Amino acid sequence: MVYTPQLTELMKKVEETRPSRVGVDFPRMTQEERRDVLEKFHPDYNLDGFREIKVGVNKGARMPIEMADVFEAYSRIRDLKFDLKADPHYDVDVLVIGGGGAGASAALEAHSTGADVLVATKLRFGDANTMMAQGGIQAADKPNDTPATHFLDVMGGGRLENVPELARALVMDAPLVIKWLEDLGAMFDKKDEGTMITGHGGGTSRKRMHTARDYTGAEIMRTLRDEVLNKGINVVEFSPAVEIILDEQGRAAGAVLYNLETEQYEIARAKTVIIATGGSGRLHYRGFPTSNHHGATADGLVLGYRAGAKTIYADSIQYHPTGGAYPPQLLGLLVTEKTRGLGATPLNINGEQFVYHLETRDVESSAILRECDERGLGVPLPTGIEAVWLDSPLIEIIHGEGTIERQLPAMLRQFQRFDVDIRKEPMLIFPTLHYQNGGLLIDDDAHSTVENLYVAGEAAGGIHGTNRLMGNSLLDIIVFGRRAGRNAAAKSREIPVPEGLNFEHLDSYHQELDNTGAGDGRIGPMVLPHYTHR
Amino acid sequence: MVDIFIMGKRYKVPETLTILDAMEYAGYQMIRGCGCRAGFCGACATVYRMAGGYELLVGLACQTKVEDGMYLAQIPFFPGRKAQFDLEEIKPSVAHFAQLYPEVYRCLGCSSCNKVCPQDIDVMQYIAYIQRGDFEKAADLSFDCLMCGLCVSRCPANIVHYNAALTARRLYSRYIAKPDRFLAERAQAIENGELDAEIDKLVKADKEKLQELYNNREIEK
Ligand SMILES: Cc1cc2nc3c(=O)[nH]c(=O)nc-3n(C[C@H](O)[C@H](O)[C@H](O)COP(=O)(O)OP(=O)(O)OC[C@H]3O[C@@H](n4cnc5c(N)ncnc54)[C@H](O)[C@@H]3O)c2cc1C
Ligand code: SF4
Ligand code: SF4
Ligand code: FES
Repeated sequence: MVYTPQLTELMKKVEETRPSRVGVDFPRMTQEERRDVLEKFHPDYNLDGFREIKVGVNKGARMPIEMADVFEAYSRIRDLKFDLKADPHYDVDVLVIGGGGAGASAALEAHSTGADVLVATKLRFGDANTMMAQGGIQAADKPNDTPATHFLDVMGGGRLENVPELARALVMDAPLVIKWLEDLGAMFDKKDEGTMITGHGGGTSRKRMHTARDYTGAEIMRTLRDEVLNKGINVVEFSPAVEIILDEQGRAAGAVLYNLETEQYEIARAKTVIIATGGSGRLHYRGFPTSNHHGATADGLVLGYRAGAKTIYADSIQYHPTGGAYPPQLLGLLVTEKTRGLGATPLNINGEQFVYHLETRDVESSAILRECDERGLGVPLPTGIEAVWLDSPLIEIIHGEGTIERQLPAMLRQFQRFDVDIRKEPMLIFPTLHYQNGGLLIDDDAHSTVENLYVAGEAAGGIHGTNRLMGNSLLDIIVFGRRAGRNAAAKSREIPVPEGLNFEHLDSYHQELDNTGAGDGRIGPMVLPHYTHR
Repeated sequence: MVDIFIMGKRYKVPETLTILDAMEYAGYQMIRGCGCRAGFCGACATVYRMAGGYELLVGLACQTKVEDGMYLAQIPFFPGRKAQFDLEEIKPSVAHFAQLYPEVYRCLGCSSCNKVCPQDIDVMQYIAYIQRGDFEKAADLSFDCLMCGLCVSRCPANIVHYNAALTARRLYSRYIAKPDRFLAERAQAIENGELDAEIDKLVKADKEKLQELYNNREIEK
């Protein structure tokens, strides 16, 4: 029990209304109601949070202000001199930037074809959003399902704004990816005779969500990491890339790495480069808390953009409806969708349900924002913010005692650590910044719009349109990670060691910043979030 | 506000913070010792002692609240050994395992590992299962391991529990758990191009057609 006397008092209302809510379904919204709540309350529709960026290949594109700030920034190496003619510190076929699921898959695939691979990553190998995914990974590998059925779900979920060829690659590779992971010894939930146990996720028309308890991403990440280490692939940690290097013909030819501990810069020359740096939750768009790991600061987007790679749907951000709001130690922490899947419902200060509990993520989030904003029915917290209840004890009533312990062990443990027993006490939640729907534009070879530059994972855009469904991101990082690795390695075999390495693209980017005044003295990419001295 | 001592130095921090947040509040820029910030990655292992006490306590910095009089230091890296192996060359047998991690057979049964595990895993027991060659039970019991390294830091037998456990899980999943038969068939069909025609029709369809198909799609119960 960690709730204050005021909260405990308010919690009584939840307990009072609970018996009358059991077994009663709140009505789903009509298509019109959905559109209405999205337009009025979803942060993507609130133009105050955006601005058009003034520089680069997508000049005029709309971006969240905090993202535009890191795009419209000067390079941290602007005033440094590098001798790009000297022998580089690293000289490889394929440079993979980012050690999450996409980077690890790319490295394995490139290595398997004989390429010399270097992985440079910002934190430890595997300190990544991939490690945190709980819900699952999709693939159409059941007799009643096909990739085409999966395709329709992906496209419909993405509001048909997806690049169809990318969605095709995603669903067609999906069973191959699950098979690959199974062969690598990833421990999926299975029946005794070997059949994968699969369930539904938001927006799926077939039960195709594969899980590894509620540590699916962790299981995939640690398996891939172990395999990369088994293969002896060179991984340098705490060495973020801070700039892409181009060759004399403007093709990607390496990167500048920054050793966070010695504060020295190192040059990595490579025939082909793969950006796999993940998402951007730590930019805290509009002040939202985030579910993302420490290093999710959009670095790869910035580097790629400066080198001339185009973005797509950079203004489309996914807010997960159920982020932790209280106790304060859990702010932003993802409360897995499975919690609602098992029957927990959102409630306002009066203990009343105000939205069907399984609307899509965007609609559910918007309804929660509306409850707190327009209707003024949020639960005020001692930390100065508002939240709504998520009635988790309902799960035990619906499915029987012990369900939470069996089905949501990570969740139970996390709240227990801060003295909340979610079996008996409802959770306090608020939408959390979760996923970057867009990113750098790729084609189905995972190739960006800059030659010899590939992009995979959350840093890439176009696959999910403007709304990604749960379970399709873990899938996409491996599908496109492998494609990027395979294609970057193949390309590296065809071309000589790049020559005439230079930073001319930075000079012209800086010129544009100077001319427009857009840079305002800022330095980017962010690399590490700054939480000191709050 | 409470007083905490980060590597011996005193800082005043709000009592609602986690150790991780408190270090940042105190002015540290986290580079090591911080990954997921949510209890999934094991980057933030921390040892501490309470003022006046003698017992060394441990926890994850992102999952432990500060307390008045906490003396703490992080263990952001532990030089534990990982055996390199080719999964296709080894088998789930005691003989193979002993070559990779001979030290697991030297467990003294002191249970120090259990006392420190932030995931409350019965670490000593999964080591016992590995010794016996019961990889299924070892895989099951060790599944929630975050690879934080705290157990390793206390083990008098120099066992690297988390790496041994991961190898056990991979062996179990690769060789003992049965493969999904239909998955293999489906993968084969895709590689043979048998499913191309169906999806290519959709890829070429216009938005209206897709929207109609999407709205009317059948949803499995
Ligand atoms: C809490 C949570 C739960 C989720 N649940 C699910 C789910 O159930 N199903 C699903 O499909 N998806 C889920 N997702 C989304 C999914 O996990 C991520 O989108 C996906 O794992 C991203 O993989 P990635 O490899 O692209 O990026 P990451 O896994 O984030 O890896 C990127 C890596 O690059 C590093 N990096 C960053 N900048 C630099 C730089 N400048 N130089 C070098 N390295 C750098 C990072 O530190 C990190 O290691 C979830 C996400 C979160 C945060
Ligand atoms: S078993 Fe060891 S490495 Fe794994 S979580 Fe427990 S203490 Fe950490
Ligand atoms: S700490 Fe080491 S020796 Fe002691 S029980 Fe655990 S594994 Fe065995
Ligand atoms: S930072 Fe990942 S477990 Fe604490």
